[in-house]
Amino acid sequence: MRTAWRTADARLVRDILAIAAACCVIGVSFGAIAVASGMPAWAVVTMSVLVFAGGAQFMAVGMLAAGNPLAAVLGGLLLNARHLPFGLVVADAIGPSWRARLVGSHLMVDEAVAFALAQDSPERRRAAYWLTGGVLFVAWNSGTLAGIALGEAAGDPARYGLDAAFPAGLVALILPSLRDPTTRRAVLAGAAVAVLAAPFLPAGVPVLLAVFGVVLALPARKEVDA
Amino acid sequence: MLLAVILVLAAGTYAFRLAGVALRDRIQLPDRVRQLLPIGAACLLAALAATAALTDAGRFVGVSRPAGVLVGVVLAWRRAPFVVVVVAAAATAAGLRLLGVP
Repeated sequence: MRTAWRTADARLVRDILAIAAACCVIGVSFGAIAVASGMPAWAVVTMSVLVFAGGAQFMAVGMLAAGNPLAAVLGGLLLNARHLPFGLVVADAIGPSWRARLVGSHLMVDEAVAFALAQDSPERRRAAYWLTGGVLFVAWNSGTLAGIALGEAAGDPARYGLDAAFPAGLVALILPSLRDPTTRRAVLAGAAVAVLAAPFLPAGVPVLLAVFGVVLALPARKEVDA
Repeated sequence: MLLAVILVLAAGTYAFRLAGVALRDRIQLPDRVRQLLPIGAACLLAALAATAALTDAGRFVGVSRPAGVLVGVVLAWRRAPFVVVVVAAAATAAGLRLLGVP
């Protein structure tokens, strides 16, 4: 982490802190909603520290409250399956040592992957990954603690428009890569497939389908090979 | 029971995260596939953003959220700073809701 702070410039740190602030407020609402649903405080804290994946945590709390623990596990895992392909991509940014991999894997959240991919050198990719993952881990868990303490007073993050902030932030991070026409074609097709499939498939699956967008990025030469 | 749910979800999530990282060295990917990896990740992230912007639990959401995201995307396209993109998206969605837009 210390070398990461040195490599990162002020702008990168500021960008990460902006998304961390939003993440912290959503953590507050997670803590409040989980406690309000009847989950004991220790379980809420344990979940935020060990699972560290907002979407899956909200889903698990909802399913548990509905009395369906199996759906809580399966639904959460389906949402998190995307981390496997993410790992293939950010393995270099995490680092070669096993210690780095064991710790770094746990910090793999969407924003850490997006920030890492948006950098132009291996050093900056590593700095961006570790800083984003580390800062968001602190933000998410301190937010969860605050939400447990605040309870109902925490309010709905949609009131502050935070549900719009995250998609916009992700798009801003992948936008530079879209200036390449091949990537743009693949990404637009993948996103369209996911949105069209969303009403019909369980949460998590539509996003996984988007990976087939890469078909459009295959070199045309391949047809000649075959 | 509650603890079991949390632990299984945590272990499974960590397994997904570690699997990709550990596999990266084990499997020899042809150059062509290796070049596709970042594009595949961009597809996943874009799909995540698109579904989060337009849908909630499989249903299409109201106007405020997509409008906020759209403002953010336009600003990002015009190369506005990241912080401006995120704050403008949130402010637009919050402002529209304040006006009673769903």
